[in-house]
This record gives sequence, structure tokens and C-alpha cells, in this order.
Amino acid sequence: MKRAAHIVKSLFLQELIKGLSVTGRHLFKKKITVQYPDEKTPMSFRFRGLHAQRRYPNGEERCIACKLCEAVCPALAITIDSDVRDDGSRRTTRYDIDLSKCIFCGFCEEACPVDAIVETRIFEYHGENRDDLYYTKDKLLAVGDKMEDSIARDRKLDAPYR
Amino acid sequence: MATIEINGQTIEAEEGSMLIAAADKAGIYIPRFCYHDKLSIAANCRMCLVEVEKAPKPLPACATPVTDGMKVQTQSELARDAQKGTMEFLLINHPLDCPICDQGGECELQDLAVGYGRDASQYNEGKRVVMDKNLGPLISTDMTRCIQCTRCVRFGQELAGIMELGMAGRGEHSEIMTFMGHTVDSELSGNVIDLCPVGALTSKPFRFQCRSWEMQNHDGIAPHDTVGSNLEIQVMRDKVMRVLPAANEAINEVWLSDRDRFSYESLDSDQRLTTPRLKINGEWKSTDWQTALEHVAAKLKVINEEFGADSTGALVSPTATLEELNLLKKLMQGMGSSNIDYRLRQQDFRGNQPAPVLGSSIADFESASTVLLVDSNIRKEQPILGLRLRKAVLHGTQVHALNHVDYDFAFRTASTICLAPDAMLSELAILTQLIAGRTGSSVPDAVSKLANGTEASVEIVALANELIDAGENGHVVLGAQARMNPNYSVLTTLTSLISTMTGARLANLAEANSVAAWQVMGAALDDGKNTADMIAEPLKACLLFNIDPRHDLLAGDHALETLSETGMVVHIGNFHDEALDDCCHVQLPLAAFSETDGTHINCEGTVQSWTAAVNPLGDSRPGWKILRVLGNYLSLDGFDYNTIAEVRNEAVAALQPIDASRVNTEFTVDELPDNGLKRIYDLPLYHSDALVRRASALQGAADSKAAVVLHPDTLQAIGAEEGSSVKFSVGEQSVELTVSSSNIVPVQCVVIPSGVDGCSAIGAAASVEVAN
Repeated sequence: MKRAAHIVKSLFLQELIKGLSVTGRHLFKKKITVQYPDEKTPMSFRFRGLHAQRRYPNGEERCIACKLCEAVCPALAITIDSDVRDDGSRRTTRYDIDLSKCIFCGFCEEACPVDAIVETRIFEYHGENRDDLYYTKDKLLAVGDKMEDSIARDRKLDAPYR
Repeated sequence: MATIEINGQTIEAEEGSMLIAAADKAGIYIPRFCYHDKLSIAANCRMCLVEVEKAPKPLPACATPVTDGMKVQTQSELARDAQKGTMEFLLINHPLDCPICDQGGECELQDLAVGYGRDASQYNEGKRVVMDKNLGPLISTDMTRCIQCTRCVRFGQELAGIMELGMAGRGEHSEIMTFMGHTVDSELSGNVIDLCPVGALTSKPFRFQCRSWEMQNHDGIAPHDTVGSNLEIQVMRDKVMRVLPAANEAINEVWLSDRDRFSYESLDSDQRLTTPRLKINGEWKSTDWQTALEHVAAKLKVINEEFGADSTGALVSPTATLEELNLLKKLMQGMGSSNIDYRLRQQDFRGNQPAPVLGSSIADFESASTVLLVDSNIRKEQPILGLRLRKAVLHGTQVHALNHVDYDFAFRTASTICLAPDAMLSELAILTQLIAGRTGSSVPDAVSKLANGTEASVEIVALANELIDAGENGHVVLGAQARMNPNYSVLTTLTSLISTMTGARLANLAEANSVAAWQVMGAALDDGKNTADMIAEPLKACLLFNIDPRHDLLAGDHALETLSETGMVVHIGNFHDEALDDCCHVQLPLAAFSETDGTHINCEGTVQSWTAAVNPLGDSRPGWKILRVLGNYLSLDGFDYNTIAEVRNEAVAALQPIDASRVNTEFTVDELPDNGLKRIYDLPLYHSDALVRRASALQGAADSKAAVVLHPDTLQAIGAEEGSSVKFSVGEQSVELTVSSSNIVPVQCVVIPSGVDGCSAIGAAASVEVAN
């Protein structure tokens, strides 16, 4: 009996038609493939990408060298040196993030009492050697300066949940 | 003893002791800010409120004496409510600036806020702002953070002995401040940083450098004085960031002098030696260790063969470790020379040399009933012993001072006799004679000759009686200035006679690790050439172990001249400077106290070892390794150590016992020249060794001022005025020094410090003339 059913199925190409109908259905369905880099997926305002150091509107850097981000970093990717600046304020003399160590957990951002270290929406950066992925204070501030509008918008969106 | 119950736990406590102390002993924690077991009770923070049965309201545990049958609840609803209420009030005016506060992470207020604070404040009004005060180069202030616990005020009043900080104003306007325009100048001022429970008083050199959680703690021993205070050396990324006291009740209790606390700053000074260097045709060339040591060994061998063993000598700093001292002595002996000395600031080597010890334990020093200070400014020489002595005075000890200068001891002296150098010797001889008469002992003729038949003054008679009455509870202390005195042997003989006749203990307080040096060198000190001999005539080869001749030797510039005529000068040291570069031929970089293992023997004879906290800077090496390898290159026997423990065990086993009978009975007085001004020697607190002299914050402190001081009348007589420059001459040399006046100095005398730029030209001279 089983054998008879099999013969009939193969004779009328049932499997093939079934398969082709799936192909046919998808041929006319809306596409979900994103044509990166021409197209991009939507992104949360909490996206954790490349780090940035922010400034206040008057140009003063936000970071006060409290070293909480360094303490909380589970990958030990952050290295900070601090000192008294000429005006008597507490500032970093060195603020390095080794992105080859970073696991993008966002703890640094969460620990920061002044919203100085943040993670931006940038994820498409690369380095051709390890040094390129070693972000110093100047590099981080430059990212912050470039991305400030987007960073500020994202913090505003996140504010009700913090 | 009373039996009380805390949180249901029955404990025994001394009747009348405070509840908080009883709870601490039983391991029950009661929160507190103003209470400190070394300070008096203020009970002004109210954080330690606890519930006591049958008391209508919560009581402060720090000010409630224990009575039998007391039942205490520290965690009941009433107690916790009271504690939380106190906390809320304290936090009203405390700024929320923990992220930029140096106390963050080690702050008592921060810790307790976690347990007793609320998540949000109910207080919406304006917060109090308090202006910061300038407390000098060591302590930085953020007075808005102050919670008025008054620990710093009580420390100054009760322990340091000078009330430099006080609380002015009332209620909301109360604030901690100094007298108008004054800074905190105490030699123990750094302790208020440890005492401050919040971040109001923090260390200025450490300001914003790093966080408490980033550092590793290492135990250490303070290298600057003979107390051997225990240290906690805090290190981040192989760099010493901060030095704190480690508690040791027998030695430094919980305190630390500023010199020991802030001297770490010079560890990464620009003048640190970091590579072995050879002078080739007058040019300094960096080289490797092998080349440098081979060069030294070869040269020493040649000199030894050509001129004999006696042509080589070694001068070693008393800051060296026991291991270094022992190996250096062994090295010199191996080469056949016993020319080794650590007594760099001594010029009188006649007779037997008494051991530089305290004569009792440091804790027992407090229990002396009568103390006679001879040529000693104990407070500025051994700050921790000064603190102990002050405590003793508060408990009734009578301190008498027989000095050249009327020092401010920060405690009350029963009598103070200040005389010119020659007059002081006679006075001490009169005292000796008087005691001999009263106790029926005989004294050498030299004493009566020195006393010259002069009638004893009322004060001396009283002092003699007191010392005889005190017997074994008396203590005679010789200070640092005595050692610089050209009549040191007279001073040691007279004081030891007094101590033998009355039974009083005799202290002879020296620098740093002098006790170890004395115990290591023993007879070698008498046999070979001493410092003065080595300076008087150039040797063929001289080893300098961590010495800056200009400042560390009393002879000053004269020592430099001799050394520049020496055939071969090898400098093994932490630092170098221009003068050293000129006179040396080889410089070998030595690891500093935080970079080497070592052993210190303090004035009570406690042997304390420590291990390195950080790696040696650059190419520098621990002293014991340098000397061990140099010993190998010199083909000496017994230099095959593998570990420092082997060196240490051998050194400890070979220590000469401290023998109190090594005293003189005979002496001759070196007559001082009659013309000119008589010199009073002085060793300023922050000029005592190479490390301290380069510590920038300490050099800005009040105690770093090394002034040439004259009596106002003397100043007028020589036609100079305060702050003017006066030309002093010694023999053919003359030097211009800025003078100041004070009536604490006897007339016709001048205080000229040692270890200070400019004054080094005066050298060891006992009198100076004023040139026109």
C-alpha cells in the first residue's frame, strides 16, 4: 500500500510542485533583505556603538576623572590618568579606551555621573592595526564633537526611562 | 568590670568606659564620625545614637559610660531612626560631589550614607557654601564638605600640641579655620588627613592623582628617623602614589610624621640615577651594570695593590638598610680596610662612642617621671618621639631642657636653660658635679675643672634633685645637635656620668637606621678611619653609599674638595647632582626604600624588615645585589648569597650587642676660639637626607625654612638687620648668608644649619667671623 502511494506521488511530481509553489509565493512577496550599505536597519536610541567623550555647550569637556567607568569596565579596556588642571579642577590627563578589548556592555556609560562617556550609533569603524582601535582622549572627543547632535537626541529620548 | 548586653549579646566591659569602645571590643559596629579612640570625646556628630533600656531618648554611645546591667540596642527601630535622622541632617549641607572628591571610595560619610541615608533628600532649600582655607603645601581643603566633627581640631590641641585649627562661628555659620593668614605648620599635620572622615581635608601632593580602589597596599618602614614608623605604601601601576601610617601601638601608634608621609614625592625626581654611569675623559657615559662593576672592581684592585688596603674607605648613609650596611662592611673588610663610617655629621670622635639608642622601649619613654633634654629639639628631630613626650608631659612628666636655643616644644617644660655652647658645657659639668656630691660619687677631675667652681643656679639644683629622686624613672636625652658639636665626647661623657650616678636611662637619638649601622660596624668604627679622617686627607679610593657629600656631611663643601682630590670616587646612590657629578668617577643607581627589601632597627632595638613595594626605577638595583655582585668581581669570599634572607640572617646573627658600659670617664674639652660668633649647629627637619631634600611639597612647608638666626642684639652689634645679607668668614673662606633674628638664640651666637645650600660653605666650623 505504502509503495503504491509513493509511485502515484512520484508519477504526478507532487514534491516538486510543492517546492516550486513555495518559491513562487516568495517571488512575489515583499523583500526583507537590507541592501547594506545603501540601506540600514532601524536602530534603538540605546544602541551601543563606538564610544565618544562629550563636551558642555561652552566647549568644556564633561569628564571629571572620577574613574568610575574605569572601575566598572569588565574588560579592563579603559585607562585613565588624572591630575589637577591649572584652574584647580579635576581632569584627566589620559583617557584611553582599547576597543579591541571593549565588549560594548555600556557599563561605562551607565556609571558616568556627568554623561561624559557615551556610546554612539557608530558601528562601522575599522582599524587596520591594533593601534587604530586604541582610542585616546583626543579621538574620543573628536567623535563626540562630530556626533553631539545625535548623542544629545538619543539621551533625550532615553531620559524618561533613567 | 560591668556586665552589659548589646543587641542581646552579653559582654564584659570596664565600668566607666564608653559604650562605643565596649562595642568595638566585642566587634559590634556603631556608626560614628567624631569619635576616635586616640582623641577626646566630643559627642557632636550624634551618629552613634543607640537605644538604652530605661532611657527615654536615644543616647550617644561615645559619651555614655558603661554601667552594670545596661541593655543596649544598636539596631532597634528607635536607634536606627535616630541614626537615619542624623544622617539626613549631615547630608543637608554636604555637597554631592563624590565623583571629584579624593576621599571617594574611602569616605566614612559615603559608606554610612549607604546604610543610613535615604535615596532622595527632602531638603530643597539652598545649601551652605564654605570658603576653602589655605592650610599650606601639604593639606588641601574643600571646606563645604566639612561635617564639623572637630577631629582635626582635637588632634592639634591634644596631640600635636599647637592649636592651629579651630572652629569659629555658630550653628550654620560654624566653620573650621586657622588663625587669620596662618597655615598648618605642625610636623605632624598630615595626620588630620587620615582623621578627617570626609573629604574636607585631603593630601595636596596626592590631590586628584588616583582613587583608593586602584592602589595596592604594601607594608614598609619609614626610612627617615630612628623610630621606624610602620608604613602602608600605596602603589598604582608600579608607582608609589601615597604613604599612610600602619597601626603599631608599640612604635608609631596610628600616627606618622609629615617627613615620612610626604617624602615619597622625590622617588621619581629628575635627579634620580637610572643607569650606571662612568666618567670617561670628563664626560659621563651611561653603561651597563657588568661594565660598570668590572670597571670599579678592576680599579679598586689596582689601588689596593699599589697603595695598600688603608687607602680605601667607605662612607655610608645611615638611611641604608641593615643588609646593605652589613655587605658594605664585609666588602671593606674583604679588601682589608676598616675605613667605614656612617657618622656623617659628627666631628668629635674622641673616646668611646655610645650606641644611638633610646635606652628604653618607645612606649616606656612615656612613663619617665623626669626627662632631661640635652642639645635636643626632639620635636623636630624625631617627631613621633616628640609626640610621645608631649603625651607624657600631659600625664605629669617633668621635662627639663638644657639647650642652646629656646625651642618651641609644643609642651610645657619644667625648666629651660639656654646657653652659648661653652657655657652649656660648664652648666652640664656643674650639674654632674652637684649630682656626684649629692649621691656621694666621685667624678673625674676634668668635670670639676670644667665646672670651674661656679655656684649652681637654683634651676640646676632643682634639676639635680629631681634627677636623683627620679632614679630609674629619669631619662637623659642627647639630641642631633650634640652629635654635630665639636665637644660631643664631653657631652656624652657628662650625660653618661649623670645617668650612671642617678640610674637614669640614657638616650642618644640619631638619624634613620643608625642603630643598625652601629650594631653592624661595632669595633670597625674605632679601628679604621672615621668620617673626619677620611675628609681631612684624600684617600686613593672612596665608596659613597647614598651620600650627597655637600649636604649629608657636616664638613659640607670641604668634603667635596677632598673627594675631588680622591683618586677614585664611586657613588652608589639614589640621586645625583652637579656637585656629585664633578667629584665622582663612577655612579651606580641604587633602588630607593620603596624599591628594595630591607631591615631597619629602631631606637628601642626592634628589628623590622620590609619587602619592596615597586620595582626599582630604570636600571637601578637594590643595594644588597649591587654589593653582592661587586664582592664577586673583587673575588672576595662569602659573597654567594642567593636571597636577601641569607644576607639578613647573617647580618642579624653578627649584630654587636648594645653595651651600655661603653662610656668614657675622661675627656678633654676642645676650647672654642674666642673671636667671632659661636656657632650653634642645627639640622632642619626637611633637610635631613637626600630623599627629603627633593620632596617638593615638604620643601614648601614651614619646617623647610633653614634660617641663619642671631639674637637681635647681636644682629644690631654686627650692624645688620633682619633679612639682610651678611658675609661670614671661616678661615680664608667667606660666604654671604641671609640672616634673621630671634631672641630664642643666646647673644654672640649664630645658628647655622647643616644640610642646606649656602651654609655648606661654613662646613663644620665651630665659630664664624663677620667679614666687612
